[in-house]
Amino acid sequence: MRSDRSASAPLALKIAAAGGLLFLHLPILLIFLYAFTTEEKSYQFPPPGLTLQWFAVTWNRPDVWQALSLSVRVASIATAVALLLGTLCAAAVSQTRFFGRETISLLVILPIALPGIITGIALRSAFSMADIPFSIWTIVLGHATFCVVVVYNNAVARFRRVSGSLVEASMDLGANGFQTFRYVILPNISTALLAGGMLAFALSFDEVIVTTFTGGQQSTLPIWMLQELIRPRQRPVTNVVAMVVVLVTFLPILAAYYLTRDGDQIAGSGK
Amino acid sequence: MSAITGEQAISTQRSGLAGRISDFFWKHPHVFLAVMLAPPLLWLGIIYLGSLLALLLQSFFSIDDYSGLVNYEFTLATYGQLLNETNLDIIIRTVCMAAIVTLFSALIAFPIAYYAARYARGKWKALFYLGVMLPLWSSYLVKIYAWKLILAKEGILTWLLTKLNLLWLLDAWLSLPVIGGNSLSVSYTGTFIVFVYVWMPFMILPIQASLERVPVNLIEASSDLGSTPQQTFRHVLFPLALPGIVAGSIFTFSLTLGDYIIPQIIGSSRLFIGQAVYAQQGTAGNIPLAAAFTVVPIVIMGLYLWAARRMGAFDAL
Repeated sequence: MRSDRSASAPLALKIAAAGGLLFLHLPILLIFLYAFTTEEKSYQFPPPGLTLQWFAVTWNRPDVWQALSLSVRVASIATAVALLLGTLCAAAVSQTRFFGRETISLLVILPIALPGIITGIALRSAFSMADIPFSIWTIVLGHATFCVVVVYNNAVARFRRVSGSLVEASMDLGANGFQTFRYVILPNISTALLAGGMLAFALSFDEVIVTTFTGGQQSTLPIWMLQELIRPRQRPVTNVVAMVVVLVTFLPILAAYYLTRDGDQIAGSGK
Repeated sequence: MSAITGEQAISTQRSGLAGRISDFFWKHPHVFLAVMLAPPLLWLGIIYLGSLLALLLQSFFSIDDYSGLVNYEFTLATYGQLLNETNLDIIIRTVCMAAIVTLFSALIAFPIAYYAARYARGKWKALFYLGVMLPLWSSYLVKIYAWKLILAKEGILTWLLTKLNLLWLLDAWLSLPVIGGNSLSVSYTGTFIVFVYVWMPFMILPIQASLERVPVNLIEASSDLGSTPQQTFRHVLFPLALPGIVAGSIFTFSLTLGDYIIPQIIGSSRLFIGQAVYAQQGTAGNIPLAAAFTVVPIVIMGLYLWAARRMGAFDAL
């Protein structure tokens, strides 16, 4: 008898798998429906009517724009820092063998392996001990710390496939280290870095737990949403913002998937 | 031919500053390694580990009951406070929730991972992968918000149950002690559902990876030797998939253990560890006790990771 490769799945398995995927996706689809509801005061289902007016209302809200702009700035800077640190770390770990390599991998993964609240409260008490006032930089400091790991994971997987003899050949042909990096290494790792950077951006853009500790009075978009979740004031605006956030995070994820799908690694396994 | 020694063949100096720098690094790989490693290690070592150690250090201080100021003398009294009834309750409640969430996540994730690993091919496989990745990466708060919409009294769940004439079932469930409540969004059941929803995707990919590594001929051999599909699953497939399940459970367990936003938004007023930490450092201003509370998940996860490593879960990551 041949393997189950050609056989089709048992019906119970199909139903369980499909049910599991529906469980994952239906709640998110519901967000899209609620963005158009005419109901203002409650979460009534089915919506009494559909309207586009809340998009205009949200567009004209300065607090939403401020939160969005802060989130984008924080995510951009944190991603840039994470790209630099993650790539350096990945290059060192994958191209050479040295004492303490495992420890370095552990150190990079630790900020994401321990619950976010620990990172958050540790940074906050450190800031207050060192008398550092809250600013955009305190948020960036926290975000960059846990974004390093996604860049690192993507870059390490790619570095493993880049042969060391390419670098030696380049040096033998007279290129210096910087030229080798620019013309040999960078083209080889660029899609992995792009994917890692996009995931880091998505991670930072969405982060709320560490930010509640390092942000002080500033509102990033997730903090704005958290306040609305605890004390709902403008439900329709929240609905629209939630939908936009879903769309904004989906695009980098899809892009990262297409950039790394030929590779041998799972781009998001480190979140 | 004999005139060219090895030394001459490689000693052509590169010109310019950039050339000299790269020659230097090439000849001194250890210096190069140190230069590459210094920025990430300094960042993670000073900013992250530094503040983490400072926090842990504070758990050995105590707070003065009268002045509310931190008393900087070594004491274990703060850890003693962890063991009083209220705090022990919080710890037990959180650990139980994390365990149940992990169990149910595994139950829901396994069929998805199994189908994706064994039956999905080509386009379907990519679709399954994206179908897991998109919910995994989509916004944490939006996911919680979606459940607030679903579980609200006027929301879709009540509507659906009314249409199916099953509303009595929900009422019966809510009248149960401990897991019930006024409505789903202020009950343990609600907290549990949202925890499972938010953390379950982290379970799927490790299980799928471990299932994909099971050689097909093992399954064939098992059925050739006369076992039923159920027996094959129990004695061959499941033991081989276990490291993947344990690897996935590291995420679901750890993330549930430290979360404080989900129980705050959807749940009863009884605290979880994360909320206790937040309350102690914020309104109560008791940093030593908050620090001692953070040690609990660190210790539990340390033990968990140690056990997981012994089961070979790290190879499945």
